[in-house]
Amino acid sequence: MTTFHVNGRAVNVTADPDKPLLWVLREDLQLTGTKFGCGMALCGACTVHLDGSAARSCVTPLSAVEGRRVTTIEGLVRGGRLHPVQEAWIEQDVPQCGYCQSGQVMSAAALLTAQKRPTDADIDAAMSGNICRCGTYQRIRAAIKQAAGRMGKGA
Amino acid sequence: MASAPRVSRRQFLATAAAGGILLGFRIGTAAAADPVAGAASDFVPNAFIRISRNNVVTILVNKAEMGQGIYTSLPMLIAEELEVDLKTVKVAAAPVGAAYGHPQFGMQFTGGSQSIASEWERFRQAGATAREMLLAAAAQTWGVDRARLRAENGRVIGPGGRVLTYGQLVEKARTIPVPANVPLKDPSKFKIIGKPTRRLDSREKVTGAAMFGMDASVPGMLIAVVARSPVFGGKVRSVNETGAKGIGGVKQVVQIPSGVAVVADSFWSAKKGRDALLVEWDEGPGAAVDTDALEAEYDRLARTAGAPAYRRGDGAATLETAARRVNAKYDMPYLAHAPMEPLNCLVSLGPDRCEIWTGTQFQTVDQANAARAAGLKPEQVEIHTLFLGGGFGRRATPSSDFIVEAVHVAKAAGAPVKTIWTREDDIHGGYYRPMWHSSISAGLDAAGKPQAWKHTIVGQSILEGTPFASVMVKDGVDQTSVEGASDLAYEVPNVALDLHSPKSPVPVLWWRSVGHTHTGFVVESFIDELAHAAGKDPYRYRRELLAAHPRHLGVLDLAAQKAGWGTPLPAGRARGIAVHSSFGSWCAQVAEVSIQEKAITVHRVVCAVDCGRAINPETIRAQMEGGIVFGLSAALYGQITLKQGRVQQSNFHDYPVLRMSSMPVVEVHIVPSTAPPSGIGEPGTPLMAAALGNALFALTGQRVRSLPLVRHGFEGA
Repeated sequence: MTTFHVNGRAVNVTADPDKPLLWVLREDLQLTGTKFGCGMALCGACTVHLDGSAARSCVTPLSAVEGRRVTTIEGLVRGGRLHPVQEAWIEQDVPQCGYCQSGQVMSAAALLTAQKRPTDADIDAAMSGNICRCGTYQRIRAAIKQAAGRMGKGA
Repeated sequence: MASAPRVSRRQFLATAAAGGILLGFRIGTAAAADPVAGAASDFVPNAFIRISRNNVVTILVNKAEMGQGIYTSLPMLIAEELEVDLKTVKVAAAPVGAAYGHPQFGMQFTGGSQSIASEWERFRQAGATAREMLLAAAAQTWGVDRARLRAENGRVIGPGGRVLTYGQLVEKARTIPVPANVPLKDPSKFKIIGKPTRRLDSREKVTGAAMFGMDASVPGMLIAVVARSPVFGGKVRSVNETGAKGIGGVKQVVQIPSGVAVVADSFWSAKKGRDALLVEWDEGPGAAVDTDALEAEYDRLARTAGAPAYRRGDGAATLETAARRVNAKYDMPYLAHAPMEPLNCLVSLGPDRCEIWTGTQFQTVDQANAARAAGLKPEQVEIHTLFLGGGFGRRATPSSDFIVEAVHVAKAAGAPVKTIWTREDDIHGGYYRPMWHSSISAGLDAAGKPQAWKHTIVGQSILEGTPFASVMVKDGVDQTSVEGASDLAYEVPNVALDLHSPKSPVPVLWWRSVGHTHTGFVVESFIDELAHAAGKDPYRYRRELLAAHPRHLGVLDLAAQKAGWGTPLPAGRARGIAVHSSFGSWCAQVAEVSIQEKAITVHRVVCAVDCGRAINPETIRAQMEGGIVFGLSAALYGQITLKQGRVQQSNFHDYPVLRMSSMPVVEVHIVPSTAPPSGIGEPGTPLMAAALGNALFALTGQRVRSLPLVRHGFEGA
């Protein structure tokens, strides 16, 4: 049995220790917002926060999360309020098919925790692990800048 | 002068659907039979709208939402006429049913960039009809003349400021006869249509709440991962199940027509089980496929006479006497769609019922194919269309490959099963954009104007071998193979277009913008070559030859002007231009490009589009941005190659797509128009490779005639 925290809640999971966190979240904990895209940490659709940093859950075995704090897209909403990144995503009309957007939002939220005012180069570095086949990159960049502005004002 | 019959994709779908027999079943029966969820007390004026007593307006959308914003733009049409606040409307996926088929063709599908074009009248009519019934209900309730009432923001307002909400009118409205041919609003009165409108599905898509096929589940559901032949067309010779059955959680190993399915209690167990299977395959002729050999074979075929696809003037005769001749050959590879959501399909099968949860673009066809596989009648198959994590054509297969396979798995397993494809399964899974070769020659007069144009296309037919072939393949010409070349807009008096359609075990399919993916690149690269051969500016040269085509000129001029065509650029940068019409729309793009060593940077793409009346300008911009990225990914990196029948790519490391760091600034300019609305999902894709290649030529003098650019040692910066 592996014990860890998901979205602020302690969970005990009995599963194959090499089962990726992605599938534990999706199948054992019914948190389907985190997506399967490649299984090799190549596309970022499965991005979650592990102790506050962006991590690719498709290559993170269950055994590696014992005692750790996991935040998924479902846990980004606090007290019914969207995260500023989620708000900016809606205002910039970012999503198209939306399948990659959980991962995009999680990567962006982690970036803005680490860097309050990311430059274009920072955004490239933090977001280039997240693929979007619909081509929403331009809007993602704009939304990150908008969210940074809002968060900077302490909104 | 011979002219091949021109059958558009629309006509083909029309005939295919109207013919019915072609699909092997009759298209639905009564609209009343459509299982539309909702309360019995709802007001249901038609198949697209239901209004509850507690004042909730639900719009049932018959088109799949795969990113193109159709769950916003179709409700906009209804909300405009129904006089409701779009933000308060609930949107739901329509079930499969006759009422939801294409207005002209019957079939229920999402493709051909025509959802808005085809529903533009019907959805507004649905909204207007419902509104008139609510107004009539209020008139009866109050005993006043209808003319004294108006509908506004989900309410009817009467004399003296009396107000009834639509919810309050539901009961009475249910008794009002459905009026026919309610007049539609004059466009000058539009309050919603034409206004940039944010998507209605963003909130659920940024909170993880949106339900994709991958997220569907039912009680007792098992998960399957399928071992498929490593070469196309291979069959199972023998299976050793021991290893798979030794994996914890694996429940069953079952043989199905497409391979061997490992059925387990979770994806991870099913995948480990699949990886532990030992399968021997009868590979068959598919093992001989080699794309290098295929390219040589296509080149050889192009030197022989093909099926005449289009003729204008004396065809190629003038070529022999032209003052100057320009020849070129272009090659393009197989391409995978690679939607972000790997294919999947959940099937729950009973003795007289089959329920399917998936993301699909092809409901009517899928229903028939699933019924055949399940041994049921089409009406016993229910399809729940969930969000598609990208479609791009891959979820519209005439064979319903991933759905039929999942039905076979559920049938063999005797339980509800969700079959999940890995990314590797998806990349290896076929149904690619065909490999294409073009050999093309033009004869120029002394002034550099083309007098003759001979074009030979080689590539597999998408439709041959499908039920649609009898309609869309005429005299050996699949119209989707030549679209974009057979309607050459440039003023060339003599044109001959031939087609070879070699067969191959590799399954092919429409890929965002279908035939235009290759003809757009070839025609727009070659016209650029002719401009340079004539010593003329590529934009001016196109302008001269498009004098009779105002809508081509409209987008060409707008893109050139907004891009600052002809104005100086920073050192080391150049522009390339392209213009193309597809799916009833016109598009022009100017790419601004630089190169360092072999690393290409696309700094900026200026795009002009004329898609008739703009329904949601925000969606149009998003679709152009997306189409450009899709085209740019393919131009830079996209290629599926085969050796000994085996696909050599497997995941995003060897089938790369554009990432954030390579994203150009994209500017979209929409030509104002009152013409009927036309396609936007696909027309942004076909030009990018040509605009980029033309810019590279301007920059380096090197003409790129085969894709992707990584073949030539280039890389994306």
